[in-house]
Amino acid sequence: MNESAPMTVGTQRPHLQPRDPAANRASLTEKISVRDVRFYYGDFLALKGISMPIYDKKVTALIGPSGCGKSTLLRIFNRMYDLYPKQRADGEILFEGKNLLDPKQDLNLLRARVGMVFQKPTPFPMSIYDNIAFGIRLYERVPKSELDDRVETALKRGALWDEVKDKLNQSGLGLSGGQQQRLCIARSIAVRPDVLLLDEPTSALDPIATAKVEELIYQLKSDYTICIVTHNMQQAARVADFTAFMYLGELIEFGETSQVFTKPKQPKTEDYITGRFG
Amino acid sequence: MNQVASVATPAPANSITASALRRHTLWDAVLKHGTRSAAITVLLLLGGVIATLVQGSWLSLSTFGPGFLTTEKWNPVSEEFGALAPIYGTLLTSLIAMLIGIPISIGIAIFLTELCPPRLKRAISTAIELLAGIPSIIYGIWGLFVLAPFLQAHVQPLMIEAFAGVPLLGGLFAGPPYGIGIFTAGIILSIMVLPYITSVTRDVFETVPPTLKESAYALGCTTWEVVRKIVLPFTSTGVIGGIMLGLGRALGETMAVTFVIGNAHKIAGSILAPGTTISASIANEFTEAETALYTSSLISLGLLLFLITFTVLAIARLMLLRLQRQAGK
Repeated sequence: MNESAPMTVGTQRPHLQPRDPAANRASLTEKISVRDVRFYYGDFLALKGISMPIYDKKVTALIGPSGCGKSTLLRIFNRMYDLYPKQRADGEILFEGKNLLDPKQDLNLLRARVGMVFQKPTPFPMSIYDNIAFGIRLYERVPKSELDDRVETALKRGALWDEVKDKLNQSGLGLSGGQQQRLCIARSIAVRPDVLLLDEPTSALDPIATAKVEELIYQLKSDYTICIVTHNMQQAARVADFTAFMYLGELIEFGETSQVFTKPKQPKTEDYITGRFG
Repeated sequence: MNQVASVATPAPANSITASALRRHTLWDAVLKHGTRSAAITVLLLLGGVIATLVQGSWLSLSTFGPGFLTTEKWNPVSEEFGALAPIYGTLLTSLIAMLIGIPISIGIAIFLTELCPPRLKRAISTAIELLAGIPSIIYGIWGLFVLAPFLQAHVQPLMIEAFAGVPLLGGLFAGPPYGIGIFTAGIILSIMVLPYITSVTRDVFETVPPTLKESAYALGCTTWEVVRKIVLPFTSTGVIGGIMLGLGRALGETMAVTFVIGNAHKIAGSILAPGTTISASIANEFTEAETALYTSSLISLGLLLFLITFTVLAIARLMLLRLQRQAGK
């Protein structure tokens, strides 16, 4: 219901402050370490040896032209590709010291700890409450009162509570696109993951809904490690602490966002961010 | 350049247009009226069938009244006819067919859409289509010569023994193992409806958006949880529609059932006992029906079956429509 309310400076409120690189570097720990990862769709080599860190409680953006492999890389982090028989990855991805590409890795456990939000909002065909409670009920048996609390907390963290608190029993499909996407983010958070993967989370949303989701991402990074794929370079510049530029399955450049966007080291990166191709 | 231009002058084309236009109009009219009469034929046929059924059953329905539905007795000699036994047999065989067929069909559909490697998927899908293509007479022969003796020798004795003495179930599975009977007919029917339910449920399962399933997997769902909590609720109306299509088929199936049901106009408590269904009664007795009342009673049975299957199919249609509207939203 607030979707249409005027957003003045809100769009660019907190996260356009000039970043302090020193603070960025102060306490960096690698949450996920990608080491020489290759990915195949059948015989097609889609990722050609990617190595990069994903830092704890930071936002890392993956940018690059369509088909560069950024979504592919994201879908490796929660092993989503395992659903499809002809896709495989090799290399090493360390998540808290363990290789998550290990065939023995428990996928359900991994996916509970690495949440994911998709390009198009995907509310389940059930009530708003049940959408959030769904993930919690998968793993925990909690009494009704605690479940209510968890749902409320998740919706508050998803910046959706005020808009839906009076209609928790209505279908999640009845919400607007932007609300649905925040519902999906809240649903991921409710499971209490460590890492949140966002696959072009705002590409189906209008500018105001996009601003709300970006605002939310900014707030969430104090608790979660976030990795976001985006086509929108301004968005990467606004929300990300680190940016990785990918091209044709290779990682061209990785660095602090301010550096990548203002002083790119690679000519290709510069060509891309200045709009000369892609 | 000039030559090309002169070839393309519209002057001669103008003279053609007049007759061509008439031809076009004529053909359009032929097409319109021809296809419309073809379409109206369907309505006339349906109406004709209903009218004939009602007319043919009038004698019997006016003689026996509503009691026709509630009388078990079927005696051609004394000319007393009641439809209760065939109705009972029809509903019970279909119920058994559904109880066995639905879980297996849905299981196959889940396997095909969620778990099956692509190569095997094609093989199984083809096999299911072939199963649907087997003529029902072959199911009948197979049921009579292979399935019934097998059930008689190996399965039914075990069932009788297992449930003997158990209060309600004992009666349900009582009696000598005949081999043929309601239970065997139900099993044959379950095999026959399986391809229908499977292919419809498989198709509606495939309408679930991949991202919706991925979202559930992304929360850490197992395949079973995704199927039970996302796929089935999302497709429930379509699945029910598929079940109804199968049920419609089971209710009306004649040949295979006639072979294995035993054709006894009585209601035995046990599902192992012989019985009859509406369509089996008609197929069996039409040649013997010499009196007008006997014939009329058989036609009344036909009318009843028509009403039952029509209702089932109408419900199926409604549910599928609702699903489409949901998907379009």
